[in-house]
Amino acid sequence: MGRGRGVSLATSAESIDVVRPAAPRAGRRRLPLGWVGIAPFFVWAIAFLLIPAVALLVGAFRTDDGIWTTKFVSAIFHEPYRSAYITSIKISLYTAVLGGTLGILIAYAAISPKAPRFIRPAMTTFSGVAANFGGVPLAFAFIATLGTVGAATRWLDKVGIDLYGHGFTLFGFWGIVVTYLYFQIPLMILIIAPAIDGLREEWREAASNLGASSWQYWRRVGLPILFPSILGAMLLLFGSAFAAYATAYALTSGHIELTPLQIGELIGGNVLSDPHQGYALAVGMVIVISVTMAFYFVLERRASRWRRRAS
Amino acid sequence: MTRRMPRSGWVWLGIGAAYFFIPLAATLEFSLKEASGYGFSSYRQILEDPEFRDLLWVSFKLSVETIVLSVLIMVPGVYCVHLSYPRVRPVVEFLSVLPFVVPPIILVIGLLDFYNVDRAPRWFIENPWFLVPGYVVLSFPFMFRALDVSFRSIDVHTLTEASHSLGAGWTTTLLRVILPNIAAGALAGAFLTFALVMGEFTMAHIALFNTFPTYINYIGQTQANPAAALTIISFGLTWLALLGILLVGRRPGRGVAPVAGR
Repeated sequence: MGRGRGVSLATSAESIDVVRPAAPRAGRRRLPLGWVGIAPFFVWAIAFLLIPAVALLVGAFRTDDGIWTTKFVSAIFHEPYRSAYITSIKISLYTAVLGGTLGILIAYAAISPKAPRFIRPAMTTFSGVAANFGGVPLAFAFIATLGTVGAATRWLDKVGIDLYGHGFTLFGFWGIVVTYLYFQIPLMILIIAPAIDGLREEWREAASNLGASSWQYWRRVGLPILFPSILGAMLLLFGSAFAAYATAYALTSGHIELTPLQIGELIGGNVLSDPHQGYALAVGMVIVISVTMAFYFVLERRASRWRRRAS
Repeated sequence: MTRRMPRSGWVWLGIGAAYFFIPLAATLEFSLKEASGYGFSSYRQILEDPEFRDLLWVSFKLSVETIVLSVLIMVPGVYCVHLSYPRVRPVVEFLSVLPFVVPPIILVIGLLDFYNVDRAPRWFIENPWFLVPGYVVLSFPFMFRALDVSFRSIDVHTLTEASHSLGAGWTTTLLRVILPNIAAGALAGAFLTFALVMGEFTMAHIALFNTFPTYINYIGQTQANPAAALTIISFGLTWLALLGILLVGRRPGRGVAPVAGR
């Protein structure tokens, strides 16, 4: 293909244009193709993301007959929707803090220069898989583990710990927390690893040369540097738990009152269905997630200060 | 100073490994359990179910369609952003991460509300294809990040101008010059999209379409051991997708970002 044109290259500029009249001329940075190339993306995002989102926002303030109302939105602050929001936020908060803490401890142990070499790539791979493993199968995996006849439940029973006798149930609040941690911990590991990489060995050495203990190093140097990254990562975990639907649905058969499950109930074509109330709940969810994401971007900007220097 | 890890480090790694492997081991044991002893009857039962094959095929087709559309939309888009419109980059990036703010449960009810019987053609809303536009949107965050990193690692301007001065048109430039250079990123995005669509339950369930994940849920309501077998199969699919990313990332010229997220 390139051959014939290679020949024309050797001739004058004019003859090139003769050979390939369709080819663009000077000023290549501003080509009409620019817009042609991005247009499909914008069209798609507007048609299948922005318009449906705006439709929900409008739908949250209207009845089926087209009358404007705030009753759906104000219902959010009353039962049964209020407590569902609280439960959803609590579950997201617990799994973000627990998963975040465990994730950072595991990531730090694996990244430490003293760890055997194979640990780091193994951790990254397993985390990638676990963070992407969710939904219905995850719920079943935990039913097989911690359900009433799950393997871990039976084993704990044998050594004298009766989980369900002590009030634990996989199909309630703590069951969901334990299950969500399966993707929250690896998600934290993946997000926080670059920040831990950014902690330079020199800083630790400098601190210890100045007589700081390990605790003092963490208290005064390590944690303050990592803090924005940790908090930002936990906000992402919060969002990922808050938006999750499939795992909670399959785990509890929809019996726990969480906002995403309530939305599903209200939309589904059954007796309870009240789509506009569902739209209002969805708008509330978007607001909660937007606030978390806004905080995340602020923190991310602060955290990247250190990362740029470190790399 | 010895290069030995403190005991606490091993403890945390141990907890992490336990959390990862115990549920898998328990599910595997559950899936192999038979009336007396162990065997593969649950797997056989699943594999022989015609519905399993049909719905796995449906999900596979949906994921291929999603990947093709996502690549067709995102590659020229990110290319043009890097080439000529760096100033629209924040807008494209914002729209790409928006699916994190508008999660599947919300996206699907928005799509159902707007593209209803009055507005959309019947063939669109009565076919699982209905899910594809939303799945493409959900793939934006992964695709954008993977491609953005790839494009950043190559010199888009020089490559484009070199290609043009050798007489190539836009199509040739995009297909034969740019694409091979960012293929690793595009493939990484494609594998993540594959994992995403093969496991997507929420949208299919709410929009009342039968796909592989809704099949897993359906089996789970009635038969515990085959459901465990399906869980193992589904986990294997996630592994395959991630393995694909690892293999692609290891190729020379890499440039694949570790794309996290779900």
